[in-house]
Amino acid sequence: MFRNQYDNDVTVWSPQGRIHQLEYAMEAVKQGSACVGLKSKTHAILIALKRAPSELSAHQKKILPIDDHVAVSIAGLTADARLLCNFMRNECLNSRWAYNKPLPISRLVSMVGSKSQIPTQRYGRRPFGVGLLVAGYDALGPHIYQTCPSANYYDCKAMAIGARSQSARTYLEKHLDVFLDCSLEELAKHGLRALRDTLPSEVDLTSKNCSIGIACKDKKFAILDDEDVSPYLALIEGEERSSRPQAEEAGQAMEADDAGTAGSSTDPVPADPQVVDEGMDQ
Amino acid sequence: MASSSMFGPNNPGAFWTGGPAPGQFYNFPGSQSTSAQNSSQRTLYPVVTGTSVLGVQFEGGVVMAADMLGSYGSLARFRDCPRLLKVNDTTVLGAAGDYADFQYLSNVIQQQVIDEECLNDGFGYTPKSLHCWLTRVLYNRRSQFNPLWNTYIVAGIDDEKPFLGYVDKIGMAYEAPSLACGFGAYLALPIIRDAMEKNPTMTQDEAVALIDRCMKLLFYRDARSLNKYQVAVITKAGVDIRGPIKSETNWEVAHMIKGYE
Amino acid sequence: MSSIGTGYDLSASQFSPDGRVFQVEYAQKAVENSGTAVGIRGKDGVVFGVEKLITSKLYEKGDNKRILNVDRHVGAAFAGLNADARHLVERARDEASSYRHSYGDPIPLRHLTERVAGYVHAHTLYSSVRPFGVSMILGSMEQDGPQMYLIDPSGVSWGYHGCAVGKAKQNAKTEIEKLKMKDMTVRELVKEVAKIIYIVHDEVKDKAFDLELSWVGEITGGKHELVPPEVFVEAEKYAKEALEESDDSDEEDL
Repeated sequence: MFRNQYDNDVTVWSPQGRIHQLEYAMEAVKQGSACVGLKSKTHAILIALKRAPSELSAHQKKILPIDDHVAVSIAGLTADARLLCNFMRNECLNSRWAYNKPLPISRLVSMVGSKSQIPTQRYGRRPFGVGLLVAGYDALGPHIYQTCPSANYYDCKAMAIGARSQSARTYLEKHLDVFLDCSLEELAKHGLRALRDTLPSEVDLTSKNCSIGIACKDKKFAILDDEDVSPYLALIEGEERSSRPQAEEAGQAMEADDAGTAGSSTDPVPADPQVVDEGMDQ
Repeated sequence: MASSSMFGPNNPGAFWTGGPAPGQFYNFPGSQSTSAQNSSQRTLYPVVTGTSVLGVQFEGGVVMAADMLGSYGSLARFRDCPRLLKVNDTTVLGAAGDYADFQYLSNVIQQQVIDEECLNDGFGYTPKSLHCWLTRVLYNRRSQFNPLWNTYIVAGIDDEKPFLGYVDKIGMAYEAPSLACGFGAYLALPIIRDAMEKNPTMTQDEAVALIDRCMKLLFYRDARSLNKYQVAVITKAGVDIRGPIKSETNWEVAHMIKGYE
Repeated sequence: MSSIGTGYDLSASQFSPDGRVFQVEYAQKAVENSGTAVGIRGKDGVVFGVEKLITSKLYEKGDNKRILNVDRHVGAAFAGLNADARHLVERARDEASSYRHSYGDPIPLRHLTERVAGYVHAHTLYSSVRPFGVSMILGSMEQDGPQMYLIDPSGVSWGYHGCAVGKAKQNAKTEIEKLKMKDMTVRELVKEVAKIIYIVHDEVKDKAFDLELSWVGEITGGKHELVPPEVFVEAEKYAKEALEESDDSDEEDL
């Protein structure tokens, strides 16, 4: 099953200067269901696809609140995400306790980065198997950040992570220029369309499987579920969906880019799994 | 088995429960004083001290002043001790009390300012956040019975509005449009409040003049003060620390004071 | 590298039969996969330039800086794994802070370099950690003039007048060697650094990149900072023009 002898541990460099264990951890993010984050001048929003592990289970939460001004959407190992969320909540509380100020989003994210780096360099540890989209509002305005198991993080105009998220990224890249001046409704429409592009054609977004998070000035971060999502879903109801093959073609190009950030890629990177492993997101 | 291992392989163990083992003395319960080894004495008094700090808000800014004397008890020991610390372009910290404690905390704050400069993310201390942080630190130290023996006044511009905050060594904190600590709280503050009541929209020049008058008054009356002081003016334009300034004084009436020889 | 894959290259705490520590060499390989970073020490300061490759247009500009401040007076430019580099910079900041706490003075760069290099080196001694995938150039302005050091993943550190790390380090070194940097001011060097980054950038393999420029010297009052916008624009313009000229002359040669 092993691809080579260098991929067993995070402390081992491959001859090409790559760390395979890190790249595998990055794959875990692609097993989680997709989430999308984007921002205008006034709002940062998260839109996430929820899964129900079984018929008897409720849909599992995908957007987790951190503080009044920030929340995260997760893709990958939920248990790892909870651990990171706990850490982030602590840091936010510490900032409010010590300085009576909400923690700036950039600092929160860099703390997650610093914390995540440690298990990428020590024997017997494994990287966090989760990617986060962090949305928040601070004194510098709205922010969307992406964090990775590789301990990298990115300040994003818009981003999508999780299973088949390439299609969403393609959508986002195509409409990148209009986001800044969007109203909240317009922004939500773009986010929903991007998320819908990640779905197989027989599945659609519903108020059950979709969750929306909204950050804006002087308001508590709002997480919308169930019937609260319906008005937003109605905004894009009946619209033609962008055709799948086209999206996937663009996906291949982006894949190489992604690998380039973790180290350069010569080996083929496994494509996004088409049949998604439900277990990963629990 | 248990007792033999407790006393080591060659020790036969105690004669009876709690009794002396051969070669040892009996331990009478409660007789041995442990306080000599386990107790310690905390700071009970300050050593080199600074006296009053004054702060007044005016339209669009804050003035703060402190003299430059470091007293060693009643001895005027050091005469060049700045007690106003420019933290950044919006914040100034003024300190009364133990000068070494102030220097210690100054170093901590200045390192934090450097750390934040290195992050270069557009965030840094504001007067409010520094005031809050100081409150936490001072209250925490007092809760460990090891206080930093200072009273701090934080002055600055926060969110475009003037800010003045007070914290003392027990962690008591509040904000007010005019503040003073040390003797200034008794001698200068009533005058400042009176002036502010009569002139609620004070200009910068009026506020500075008021502070100058109060510093002179404190020099006349407070035996731990010095006629050499600094004034910090914080406005939207930034922080301006002036001085050392010397008040013009007149002691001609001094010979009329009798009965204290 | 005939011993690759013979099993002697899986741990930093293991020599190969011919006396090499392969894990360190592989970590150096990671540095060579990264965008180029250049540092030049002139007569009145140090200039850094970095070719920051852009991997997606969804990212904000100015994100993930590869030139950072270690202290007010010390700058660091790096090539390699971003996350490793940030960890190392945090470590360097702690060293600088600890020195200031003990001695009340800014840390001398030589001392800082030794401390950080020791930390990097410690990661090449044990199988329980992996060597850093980072090469870091440190620069500062001190009383006896500008200083610049390079720390390698092996933990080796040397002082330099000009150095380059990353993808195009060979080309960049060739370009640096053409300069008489000992007689040049940072004002002049900042343009040359920008030019070098533009020259060594591989337009075919790597599409977009951001140029980062910083300096420390008399001109900044001893502080390390990113160059001001007008200086940046001027340097970038100079670099682009120089590049066009060389392209033209290339065509004539053909």
